[in-house]
Amino acid sequence: MNAIHSAPSSLGVASTIGEPVLTARNVSIEYEVDPPVKAVRGASITLHRGEILGLAGESGCGKTTLAYGLNRLLKAPALMTGGEVVFHDASGRDIDVVALDGEALRTFRWNKVSMVFQGSMNSLNPVMNVRKQLHDVFMTHRPSMKRAERESRSAELLTLVGVDPSRLSSFPHELSGGMRQRVMIAMALALDPQVMIMDEPTTALDVVVQRGIIREIMRLRERLGFAVIFITHDLPLLIEISDRIAIMLDGEIIEQGASEQIYRSPEHPYTRRLLSSFPSLRGERGDFIRTGAASGGAA
Amino acid sequence: MNGRGSVPERTTLEARNLVKDFRLRSGVSVRTLHAVKDVSFTLEPGRTIALVGESGSGKSTVARMMAKLETPTSGEILLDERPSATRGAALARYRRDVQMVFQDPFSSLNPFHPIRHHLERPLRIHNPGLSTRQIRERADELLERVRLSPAATFADRRPHELSGGQRQRVAIARALAPGSRFIIADEPVSMLDVSIRLGVLNLLAELQRQEQLGVLYITHDLATARHFSDEILVMYRGEIVERGPSEQVILDPRHEYTTSLLEAAADPERLGRLRDEVRSGG
Repeated sequence: MNAIHSAPSSLGVASTIGEPVLTARNVSIEYEVDPPVKAVRGASITLHRGEILGLAGESGCGKTTLAYGLNRLLKAPALMTGGEVVFHDASGRDIDVVALDGEALRTFRWNKVSMVFQGSMNSLNPVMNVRKQLHDVFMTHRPSMKRAERESRSAELLTLVGVDPSRLSSFPHELSGGMRQRVMIAMALALDPQVMIMDEPTTALDVVVQRGIIREIMRLRERLGFAVIFITHDLPLLIEISDRIAIMLDGEIIEQGASEQIYRSPEHPYTRRLLSSFPSLRGERGDFIRTGAASGGAA
Repeated sequence: MNGRGSVPERTTLEARNLVKDFRLRSGVSVRTLHAVKDVSFTLEPGRTIALVGESGSGKSTVARMMAKLETPTSGEILLDERPSATRGAALARYRRDVQMVFQDPFSSLNPFHPIRHHLERPLRIHNPGLSTRQIRERADELLERVRLSPAATFADRRPHELSGGQRQRVAIARALAPGSRFIIADEPVSMLDVSIRLGVLNLLAELQRQEQLGVLYITHDLATARHFSDEILVMYRGEIVERGPSEQVILDPRHEYTTSLLEAAADPERLGRLRDEVRSGG
């Protein structure tokens, strides 16, 4: 287990990109309802150390389900029906995530892979102050930690995400949406994980606040060297910030590549369609704009 | 569309010096929040004005005042250059001309009633003379116009049987039902999936052209504001800080708030730049 105050695992992030930290091969996940829903079908992704991998797709395409699968958070009726997920620990040990069980699974979660949930602004407990919720993480995963240590680490985490440590005593309703999101990120950072899965972390926020959070995530990544799986339907944002992008459609990953390649020369027709759904902010006016022409294939 | 015999020469919907204050009470202390401070604009047939800003900037309050869901603290709303009504039969006539499309198509339709009900009710209220069969035909016609066809298959479904985009089309059809001349669209596509957003906006633009509707498009998305409107008003803390032709506001912003808003919008052309900035200690 990593020491809590261990120095960031990598100093020069750029140099460490290339070595995989999480590999998923042919993952299939089904919702066992009647009739069964194949939510993820044979998805393979590789996440490299320190990189931001964007996972894009529309609602219902299975991106959240896949993320839950990678972290073993699936609950019945969802069931992983096939495939393997391997976590390549910084210590050099490979962990077979699918086979984890009981105590081993408990130590894996949040220590190695943490998650910022969708709508997580609202996933803080409204009747507990921030201090209690942050301490909770340490009491569960680092039972040997002393109260004073927990306190100083919690304050340190808040400072890290740009929230004043005096806010430890605040309740969630006393914080703005952006601040709550930052607290959630602090919580995900608490155990110094190697991978962070962020499921629509900024969707409910204003553009200006969103920008601040994204910048914070990028800054922390440079400093702490964790890898990020960033899930959103906002393709322009993903292209701007990710190293690589995987596009998902109906449970399948249909295209994967460097963000520049996805942006400049998308191969799959769906990727092209997704890209064309975003009018350009500063570029030329496209022809589809305000033509009133038949709305292409809208549901 | 229907019975607009006495349309005045100049049809406009004008907001003149609108102000809205809210009194906030916390315990014994009361303070006043100035949600909207002196906002003026004029909607004209066939033209779209986009009102952009962050949440809390007051843009939805403006929309609610225009739709008469909120009473301005001061200022006036003029329809066809005459002060508009605030109650009674005159207000019903105002609503016939000015309709609203809400943000959330999942809560703006009544789950208990079929789609038909949502269209027939405004038709009946605003056209008391029509027979049941005529109303039915009108409703079907409206559904076809928002491309929910064949209308018969959609009319008897309930809202939960429709996708988000289809529901928003129903909401648009509902707004058109009274024969409106002005549409207030408050973030009409922000709850929809990205790939169908443009479809819904294009539909709105097409209907606008056919009917010569005046549209107030409220959004936080600068890119669609640029492409779907003629004029952009940038709102910040209740005030309009910048206004002008949409191309000019986006490509040549004057006010620093507009610049920061543009700066914050995702732009794929800047790929990798944020990472480099952060790396070099930004």
